[in-house]
Amino acid sequence: MHDLSLHLLDIVQNSIKAQARLVQVFIAGDEATDQLTLTVVDDGKGMSPDQLALASDPFYTTRTTRSVGLGLPLLKELCEMTGGRLLLESQPGQGTRLEARMSLSSIDRPPLGDLGATWSVILSAAGSDIDFDLQMCSNGRQRMMQTLELRQVLGDVPLGEPAVLSWIRDFVAEMQQEIFGGIHR
Amino acid sequence: MKSLAELEAIRERAKADMAGRTEGGRKVVVGMATCGIAAGARSVMNVLVEEVRTRQLKDVAVTMTGCIGVCRLEPIVEIIEPNGERITYVKMDEAKARRVVVEHLVNGRVCQDLTIGAAEAED
Repeated sequence: MHDLSLHLLDIVQNSIKAQARLVQVFIAGDEATDQLTLTVVDDGKGMSPDQLALASDPFYTTRTTRSVGLGLPLLKELCEMTGGRLLLESQPGQGTRLEARMSLSSIDRPPLGDLGATWSVILSAAGSDIDFDLQMCSNGRQRMMQTLELRQVLGDVPLGEPAVLSWIRDFVAEMQQEIFGGIHR
Repeated sequence: MKSLAELEAIRERAKADMAGRTEGGRKVVVGMATCGIAAGARSVMNVLVEEVRTRQLKDVAVTMTGCIGVCRLEPIVEIIEPNGERITYVKMDEAKARRVVVEHLVNGRVCQDLTIGAAEAED
């Protein structure tokens, strides 16, 4: 994985598979505390304490097509490399909360990457029964995009329409540019 | 600056597009699990969506799936024809994705050299 937007694309799919109705993604940078935090909160089916304990073990997975699951272990390793950590909380039937804490200034922290490309891919496959909030904040600036609001504008046109996805991609890229600056952040 | 007003204009155009679309079209499915993403599936998918949009292919839906089980051949793109026939393209990249759109989706010719059959024969 070259950047954080690719990790985000990967872990958000855990929430989709957990049948979440609302997935909230929060990306926060804070230069004063030198922290970059990526938080994903879903209201999906959650994990039992046993599953939670194994979730960042690469040799544990719920899938049947292969016997390894690298999504969370890779993100955990990345956080720890920068001096941060990966926090996972979950309640069966309630949902899961993931918080990836990284040092903003660490040389081992990858750039944010292309969040617009990640968001258009996530929404291309999102059914009408799941909503996503994307919030970014850094140094007092803050912006948010909610699919609920987009759906109100779109009416019966689905988010997965190619022209809509193209707009979303540009919109999220603009948000990222405004909150975090150039592509290296 | 992108605005919600712009999205309203897109809605009107999309409605017209959707009306002209045929039912039971072809599906393009991109593997988007950890293995696919790490191998470059995101840019392959975005190229496919962009090409379908600019070429106004009315009967093609681009979507994604999890891991198919042959991680070493990612990024993988499957094209499912209305009759259920599946063509599996492997080790895809942006250029190959554009080629599949032109040759397979537009002109109806399978890119044999990019299929899983060709890759397995090589091994």
